[in-house]
Parts: sequence; structure tokens; C-alpha cells
Amino acid sequence: MDFSNLNLQELAQTSGEWLRGSGPESDIVISSRIRLARNLADFPFISRATDTDRAEIGKILRGRIETLHQQGKFTGQLIYVDVSELEAVDRQFLVERQLISREHADAEGARAVVIDQREQMSVMINEEDHLRIQVLKSGLDLGSAWEQINELDDHIEARVTYAYNDRFGYLTACPTNVGTGVRVSVMLHLPALVITQQIDKVFRSLQKINLAVRGLYGEGSQAQGDFYQVSNQITLGQSEEELTKKVADVVPVLIDYERQARDFLIRESQETLHDRVSRAYGILRTAQTISSEETMHLLSSLRMGVNLGLIRDVAIPTVNKLFVHTQPAHLQKLTGMELDSSDRNIERATYLRRHLSGEAPKAGQN
Amino acid sequence: MKCQKCDKPATFHITDLVDGKPNELHLCEECAHKFLAPSADDASQVVPSMGALLAQHLAVGETAEELARLDQRSCPVCGVTFLEFRKQGRLGCPHDYVCFAEDLEPLLVNIHGETRHVGKVPKFCARGAEEQTQLIRLRREMKEAVAAEEYEQASKLRDEIRKIEQTRDKANK
Ligand SMILES: [Zn+2]
Ligand SMILES: [Zn+2]
Repeated sequence: MDFSNLNLQELAQTSGEWLRGSGPESDIVISSRIRLARNLADFPFISRATDTDRAEIGKILRGRIETLHQQGKFTGQLIYVDVSELEAVDRQFLVERQLISREHADAEGARAVVIDQREQMSVMINEEDHLRIQVLKSGLDLGSAWEQINELDDHIEARVTYAYNDRFGYLTACPTNVGTGVRVSVMLHLPALVITQQIDKVFRSLQKINLAVRGLYGEGSQAQGDFYQVSNQITLGQSEEELTKKVADVVPVLIDYERQARDFLIRESQETLHDRVSRAYGILRTAQTISSEETMHLLSSLRMGVNLGLIRDVAIPTVNKLFVHTQPAHLQKLTGMELDSSDRNIERATYLRRHLSGEAPKAGQN
Repeated sequence: MKCQKCDKPATFHITDLVDGKPNELHLCEECAHKFLAPSADDASQVVPSMGALLAQHLAVGETAEELARLDQRSCPVCGVTFLEFRKQGRLGCPHDYVCFAEDLEPLLVNIHGETRHVGKVPKFCARGAEEQTQLIRLRREMKEAVAAEEYEQASKLRDEIRKIEQTRDKANK
């Protein structure tokens, strides 16, 4: 089986499996993700790689993955994307989709990504490391994510020689990833902990046990829509299983903490909460122009309202999808037009009205 | 149930995380608000960046002279200097973990609390360290030979590189 072509227009209509809200604890846990950083032993790391090196690394890895694909080592179709040839909006689209990192989108030089049709797996080529393998699952599902990525890594490793030594393990461009090269992360929706102002406290506790907390789109980004990624900070001196377990063990505590905060809000201020959720729903269904930030903020309240049974005519997968589909690049792919920020705000409002009230708005009828 | 901090009735039941373990707290409204409000002093606590970690590690026990000498040391394989690494926070090639090993150790302790890998081991790691870095070194030497217009030397290096690459390609197919 050869690589399939990337059709962003088509991809924009769908959503990845991790967004379906089907996995365990998916009212609070959006997704589970594991990534491995790997480098080829025969090439310098990216910061010292020449253009020829990068092209050669790309060629080798593309060839090896294609061979594995032909041998049926991947389930379903694989898409190879030459990221250096994509327009900015298309690169942004892949970031919104969680298929590539923002760094990979913004970088220069030969680089690529291989993704599977179901969007459970992506392999970035020439990111900060030669290889960044990622597996993404809906809900809290780290065990099967680890199994899948470990097997994938074995297949690739059988065909290339990774940079590795006995003392420091898998060698990476940045010493913060050396050893296992593993980053285990879980994305959680924690609106009640934000409302009750307990979120900073939670983060400080997590930092004390060497877990990092980031926003929706990775490092340095703000926590838009009350989404937080919790991940391991250290990668050396503990096994992949131990590191995975550490994250897996703390998640139920966070879930419990968020549920308690929700119970508290229901018990102590149900009217205020119901009002907040209803207003959010109202604005999302009727706004004529709306920014991305406001959308994320309101969708977060709506999502919690649906989970608490305060709103009954919207499904969680719909809300999950709206978080991604109202992002700038998605809107432009969905409309098939290049839109400036004010046009996007109008288009976003139109999209939200259509998907939350079930009817397409017409001019003069709103 | 009474509040754990004063004697008023406890209306808030909070699970706090202490070193990652849940800790049950029963508080009255007033104490709960005090407890939940973010305190100013630890709000500033952020994850230290690579640069900060490096600065921290290098500030301890190293004189300016020692630091300057360390900064100028370079990897014989890729040519990256320790100074470049300190500035960018990125290493140049796998061999840096060998040639800068002793200098990296305190930094690794700072980041990971450990200096030894535990965990997955590649199943097909047959080649020795010398051979692994050979190609990186040869390619760099070739590039330098071209830049210095030493074309005879460059073509000799190219042949050597091709020979190694071809045997590798066979091994990996
Ligand atoms: Zn009290
Ligand atoms: Zn080097």
C-alpha cells in the first residue's frame, strides 16, 4: 500500500478519533498522548544538520516508513505530508489538529509528517529531533497508547540505527528529553477548578512531583478553554512504564478534584452556574461575530453544562468538534476561503449557530 | 463535622494534593476561601528553563576561567562548542553525550534527578560508538574540504562516505 494524498478540505469535514469523546472518563479527560523522541545515529542533531543532512534524513525515514507500511505494519491508510511545501494556513491546520507541533509548523527547511487516516498516530520528521513519534487516544487510555507506540518504535528501530548509549539511553538534541525520550501527556478539561480558583494550587502540587502543566497547544500556550495538558517532566532514570504510571496515577486524583469542584458549584451556587452555562449557550447560538478566545471560553462553559446535565440538547462530541473546527485554519478550510480576522469572526459565529441550533442562518432572518 | 482549622461547622470538603496523594480537608466557608485563594509567594514559582538550569549549574563551583575553558571545548565529531550548546540549549550530535559527558552530568541531575538511563533498550544496536559517529565526522570534514577548496581531499572523503552508506543501506533493508 502506498502513501495516500493529503486532502485538507476533506479532512476538515471530519474529526480525529481522539475528539469523539468515547474513551474512559471522557467527560473530563479529552485525550491521552504519548510521544517518543528519536534520532538517527549517523547524522548530527537538527541544529547542526546541513540542508543535505536534513534532506537525507527525510529521504531515509520516508523510505523506511513506506516499507513498513507496505508490509502492513500500520493499520489503515497513511498520509505523507511534506510540511516545508505547505502554505502557512495548512501548517496551522495540522497544529490545530494536534498532528504537528507549533515548532514544526513554524520551522524552516526539509521536514515532514506521516499521519494515519484515523489521526491516532503521527510521525514528525526533522522536528527538534529527527523523529517525533506520537500516538493519540480519546479519553484516559495511556496503557494502550504505550503499547501501540512501543510496537511502532520497535518496527522503525528494526530498520534504522537510533542514537543510543547505555549510560544516557536514547540521545536527544535537548538534554531535557534524553533517556527514554518519552513524553506522556493527558489533556483534561478543568473548568470547575478554574471557576473555584483552585487550579494554580493543583499545578503547584503537580510541579512538586515533577509533572508539567501546559495549555491546549503545548509549551508556553495559554490554557484556552480550560484545557490543560499534564505530562512527565523528567525522562531519564525511570522506565517508560514508570513514567506512564506516574501520569496515569495522578489523573484520577485530578478527575476527582474536578468532580468535587463541580459538585460544590452545583450544591452551593446552582443558579449562578446554570445561568453561566445558559448564557454561554445563548451567545454561542446567536452571536453574529465572535473571536476565537471568546468561543473557547464559552464552549468550555457549555461543555461543562452538558456534562452536568444542565443542557440536554447538545452532545459532547459536537462540542469537542466545535473547539477544533472554530480555530482559524479550520474555518478557512471549511469555507474554502482565505479569511482575515474580522471575516473569520463572522464565519465562526455562522458556523456555531448552524451547529448549535440546527439551522443554517440566512441574511435578514437572524 | 467541624472545620479542621477552627470550630465552625465544616461545609467544604476538599481533596488537596500533597505530593501527588489526595488529602481530605474539611473546612468552614471562611477557612475554605483562605485555603483556596492562590497565595502570592508561590505563584511566582515556575518551571525553570534550560537556560536558567544551565546558568544555575555553571554558577556553582566554577571560576570564570574554568568556564571560559569549558566553553571553548568542542566536539570532534560535529564541531559544536560547549558555549554554543549553552546558548542554544541544543546539542550538536550524539557524540556530545560522550565528549561532554562529565559536564552534562550535573545538568542532568538538575533536570532529571538521575544520570543513568533505565528503560527501553534498542534490540538491534550492534554497532560500536566509534562507527556510529564516523559518518557524521566524515560528512563534516568533506564540507570543510569543499569550503577550503581542497577538492581532491573532498572527493576522497566522499568515496569513503558512500562506501559506508552503501553497506549500511544493505544492512537496513
Ligand atoms: Zn474554619
Ligand atoms: Zn558533536
